[in-house]
Amino acid sequence: MNLWKKLMCYSRSHSPWLFHMNSGSCNGCDIEIVASLSPRYDAEQLGVRLEGSPRHADILCVTGPVTHNAAAAIRTVYGQVCGPKAVVAIGSCPATTNVFIDSRTLDGPLNKHIPVDVFVPGCPPRPDAIILGVAKAAEILAARGNKPPKESVMIPIGESSCCAGGCACKAEKEEVRA
Amino acid sequence: MMNTLITSLARLLIFPGLLFAVPAAWFFLWVERKAVARMQGRIGPPFMQPFFDFIKLLGKSTPPRNGIGGMLMKAWPLIAVSSAAGAVGLLPVLPASGGFQGDLILLLALLELPSMCIIAAGFSSRSIFGEIGSAREAVLSVSYNVVFLLAIVSIAASQHTFSLSALAQLPFSWLRLLGIVAIIVCLPAKLHLNPFSLPNAEQEIYSGPMVEYAGPELAMWELSHGLEWVAATGLVATLIAPAFTLWWVAALVFVAISFAIVLLLSVVASATARLQIDTTVRFYWQCTLIFAVLAVAAALFTRFRA
Repeated sequence: MNLWKKLMCYSRSHSPWLFHMNSGSCNGCDIEIVASLSPRYDAEQLGVRLEGSPRHADILCVTGPVTHNAAAAIRTVYGQVCGPKAVVAIGSCPATTNVFIDSRTLDGPLNKHIPVDVFVPGCPPRPDAIILGVAKAAEILAARGNKPPKESVMIPIGESSCCAGGCACKAEKEEVRA
Repeated sequence: MMNTLITSLARLLIFPGLLFAVPAAWFFLWVERKAVARMQGRIGPPFMQPFFDFIKLLGKSTPPRNGIGGMLMKAWPLIAVSSAAGAVGLLPVLPASGGFQGDLILLLALLELPSMCIIAAGFSSRSIFGEIGSAREAVLSVSYNVVFLLAIVSIAASQHTFSLSALAQLPFSWLRLLGIVAIIVCLPAKLHLNPFSLPNAEQEIYSGPMVEYAGPELAMWELSHGLEWVAATGLVATLIAPAFTLWWVAALVFVAISFAIVLLLSVVASATARLQIDTTVRFYWQCTLIFAVLAVAAALFTRFRA
């Protein structure tokens, strides 16, 4: 039984399937999510798969500052994702509503509506940071199982959000400098 | 009697049945994803990925569904998995492995059952995307199956037998090559691969018939898709492979040819874009049907000449 639990935990952390939900985003973060699956960053190495149906997903990736129209849809989709599940808020908008703060069309931030496990701030965040956030969420998911979420994790902005050196991000910067 | 029972049980459960087919299914699913990734210049998923996906899906919860609809939704993936596993078990991989007159017909029926289950699953999920996917699968299945069956019938008719092991031991002929090419042309539609991946077109109708499935039921669908890979490529492999007397050579050649076909289909899938439904149907009815009718005509002609 213990072995089965260990295998399940390992499998959960190695096979995060994403469902991407746009809650009024400007499309900047959405493009970066697609970029993180592209040949340059290739999130599929971690077992990531972008799914079309929330029923198939483990991790709900939300972008955008949560408009009034999107709020009910977010709660519905969160309910449709089968447990164990985790939520990653991608970009500064779902974390703080960003530059749209105090807008009368908004009902944000995201954690007013659903529990968020990982925040990936940035406007938009780099694909490295998104991949790191998803990997973190998969670890949290595997450790937590079906228990309710406790506290959120913040992925820091900047070079520390890169993977441990030698990644595409650093190479790109060196190219720019040279 | 006892002996045949033991042989058929061993074929169903060990080789080429469940014990071989389930890891082979995961392996082929990985080869498919890896080949697509390499074609796109990516590194792709790790070797154990389909296994991890399967275990993870087993541990997920499913939404509660009541009544007949819920029961049916639970039943379809199980029927699909068992029929695909049965189809793999029927393949005459090893020499002198038994078999009976007419097992070709049973194999074709078992190969067809998973796609019937997919159609039924989409309609019983009551999702609009599932229903569109099922309708597309039904249209696709009507168009490619005529060609698929005619190609196999042409090979069988030329030899006047419906036994798989007799077909597998035939010498090479041009007619057989024609039939095999026609079957390979049908495989992308049967396995929902890219030029003909209409039923599960992600960008248009999400996952088609699978859209409402979750957890262990989805795991069963993934497994049945993998088993369909093994059965469909295995059928072609048994038709291509020459007859060997040594059992391990026969098994090795079977696996190698199946692997080559999986690689070929994945490369074609990643190099092509999805066709529209009318283009797909026209392709199968106009181009390939003529080809298959020619094969049947040639088969009957050679049989009556002989």
